[in-house]
Amino acid sequence: MIAIVDYGVGNLFSLKSSLSRIGAPAVVTGDAAALRAADKIILPGVGAFGDAARKLRETGLADVVCGQARLGKDILGICLGMQLLFDRSFEYGEHAGLGLIPGDVVDMTPDIPETLKVPHIGWNALHLVQPEHPLFRYVHEGDCVYFVHSFYATNCGDALLATAEYGRELTAAVAQDNVMGCQFHPEKSGNVGLNILRAFCGLEAAV
Amino acid sequence: MITKRIIPCLDVKDGRVVKGVNFLGLNDVSDPVKLAQYYSESGADELVFYDITASAEGRALFTDILTRVAETIFIPLTVGGGINTVADFDRVLKCGADKVSVNSGAIRNPALIGEAAKRYGDQCVVLSVDAKRVDGKFCVFAKGGRENTGMDAIEWIRRGVDSGAGEIVLNSIDTDGVKSGFDLEMLGAVCSVVNVPVIASGGAGGIQDFIALFQALPKVDAGLAASIFHFGEVTIPALKQALAENGIVVRR
Repeated sequence: MIAIVDYGVGNLFSLKSSLSRIGAPAVVTGDAAALRAADKIILPGVGAFGDAARKLRETGLADVVCGQARLGKDILGICLGMQLLFDRSFEYGEHAGLGLIPGDVVDMTPDIPETLKVPHIGWNALHLVQPEHPLFRYVHEGDCVYFVHSFYATNCGDALLATAEYGRELTAAVAQDNVMGCQFHPEKSGNVGLNILRAFCGLEAAV
Repeated sequence: MITKRIIPCLDVKDGRVVKGVNFLGLNDVSDPVKLAQYYSESGADELVFYDITASAEGRALFTDILTRVAETIFIPLTVGGGINTVADFDRVLKCGADKVSVNSGAIRNPALIGEAAKRYGDQCVVLSVDAKRVDGKFCVFAKGGRENTGMDAIEWIRRGVDSGAGEIVLNSIDTDGVKSGFDLEMLGAVCSVVNVPVIASGGAGGIQDFIALFQALPKVDAGLAASIFHFGEVTIPALKQALAENGIVVRR
């Protein structure tokens, strides 16, 4: 069973549907016991970092996710859910993240050419920094995935799995042992995205 | 590098996909769920669903169809038609839409753009504009292109982006259904005043029109069309192949 963490942030319809499509039993839950019982955990999220981090702490689910991560359970953060895995974010102030992956989340605006639009929205190609990572079992260099974000993760060190070029290399995916994250939306990235979810769930890719 | 998007548009009335030619004479084309799946598999980068039904029954049917489409395909979905309140945003987002397009609803109540952007984020709010040349000026038309509001389209779009619209769909009534190419002049005027993605709509008659669009206006992010895709005059794989051969970056 895959548990999708429900902490009152964002719309989980597509994520739930995509797991259903690939045949991964999934539950959307804010219940600590259900998260502890799950085989793997997906941490979704859209919106502002500070607000989401506060909700995750207020519901007590931040501690549950961190505890499960330390026990070795596979965790996948998606979009803002990925950013929450980091040490801290500078989105409208400074906010502490879960600290499961080293690095900071910063505004991309000063770091990319002025001619490029922010947010970074649309389909962009993945450059696989660690092509052998299990999350990329069914992914090829240059495959396109769907992004929607204005802030990006930096200084991830060895955790950097993939980037996307947008005036500079933006962090697209990260992993530190059993804790993984995608800045893009696999649930909105067509077959490439479904295959990333299959890899995370330990399922075979469709032929 | 962000790829240029190809977006089929599905006008849905009473549960079926239709396409107006110059907004008149509707032809029934296909089942929305099947058509959406077909487009997703053939490489469409996004789908737009416009609800052109007026009745409450039609609206409930549309919501049901939207849910089934969102369960079936896993690419971004934009929904428009009959979006007049933040509650309408909520209704379609809960059914799996990623972005919501406002048109007449925003003309009646311009504050809707800001309210929705504040609640769901700019990236969720698409301002769709039907515009037509009147006395040498681009005028905004409401109610599916039937009513001249007298508003200047460029000014209206600039205002919309300032209020929080994260994307613009510009449909030129002058070129819509004519199949002789996108309205490059009107699109160029809009691109020069906004810094959010602009989606070109109205006038695509063939592959060459998309190549001309992206070559003439590099700031345009996407091309939207309906009938040429629905009737198979242009297939998305062939279109993307041709765009790539002409140096335009697309998702393959």
